[in-house]
Amino acid sequence: MKQETPPRVWPREIYEVFKQVGIEQIAFVPDAGHTQLIKDCEADDAIETVSLTSEVEGVAMLAGGWLGGKRGALLMQSSGVGNCINMLSVIQECRFPLLMIVTMRGEWGEFNSWQLPMGQSTQAVLEHSGVIVQRADRADDVRDVVFAAATMTFSSNRPIAVLLGQRLIGFKDWSK
Amino acid sequence: MPNHKQATLDRRVVMGAILKNRGDALIVTGLGSTCYDAGVADHPNTFYLWGGMGAAAMMGLGLALAQPSRRVVVVTGDGEMLMGFGAFATIGAKSPKNLSLVVIDNEHYSETGMQPTHTHRGVDLAAVAKACNFPSSETVYSEQELATEVPALFAGPGLLFRDIKVNTQRYPMSIRMRDGAHIKNRFRENLLGQKAFD
Repeated sequence: MKQETPPRVWPREIYEVFKQVGIEQIAFVPDAGHTQLIKDCEADDAIETVSLTSEVEGVAMLAGGWLGGKRGALLMQSSGVGNCINMLSVIQECRFPLLMIVTMRGEWGEFNSWQLPMGQSTQAVLEHSGVIVQRADRADDVRDVVFAAATMTFSSNRPIAVLLGQRLIGFKDWSK
Repeated sequence: MPNHKQATLDRRVVMGAILKNRGDALIVTGLGSTCYDAGVADHPNTFYLWGGMGAAAMMGLGLALAQPSRRVVVVTGDGEMLMGFGAFATIGAKSPKNLSLVVIDNEHYSETGMQPTHTHRGVDLAAVAKACNFPSSETVYSEQELATEVPALFAGPGLLFRDIKVNTQRYPMSIRMRDGAHIKNRFRENLLGQKAFD
């Protein structure tokens, strides 16, 4: 099993989809898999980027952004999904759109066993919280899946999470 | 019990003064008493949170960034703010110029049996806000201070925090409108017009 050779193309493709669908707010808790996407968004003057102390803040913030007429997206690692649970009730009750881009841990070649409990329950937790879940596990699929999810969330006023499979990120070499 | 000033302000007097001065400001309440208070003068520019404890300040940040030409005022309770504590740091780091964050602080969880909150036990929210990069942060105790501090909430520009100490008087709910989708849609249509449907 060979590690994907950087630079990856799909983070840039997610940024391009954000521009295409008019995303103007990005809230994030950093994840290694989102490094390039966060850099691209921060370099764009038309996008407000907000670094959060916890993912739960981003759910409320993007609801506020939508109240004010702006489309946004929330970037996080799968461990952050657990931090969002009760706040997702606001999204469901008020019919807010919400685009979550979640990089997965604890599901494929994970070196840190502590990541497995949340990684393995991420999809179920989202679905139980009223969030529609879509996945991309191949680099070639990322652009289309994110575009489809973004289009659907803003046209339906319902939350959608795109789970980016850990296989996309590749193995972390833990021997170093 | 730490020694501190006795709070004498009445929460509905405080909320009444805020709403009277609102102009074209956009207001977000927290869940619980601040939501029930804000209905004394209902307005489509008020977003009432009935749930999502800890949401109010961050919802205000998102709204303030989306509407930079409007003043956004978050009016929430001490328990609600304590649950969204990280927002002090996130908002202070982002430093929006059009956000006022107000805690109507009765030092208790009044919805659930009047248990004391951390503000009753020495936690100073104004000091927290100051430490989190809010350039203007004060605690308000008296009617006299209120008379100058409430207009200051709307005077802008700037990022403000005010901790307004109130007594533990409780009141009936002044608002019956609970449907979240309705509250959201009413707010967006009034603010955005036809663009609300884009």
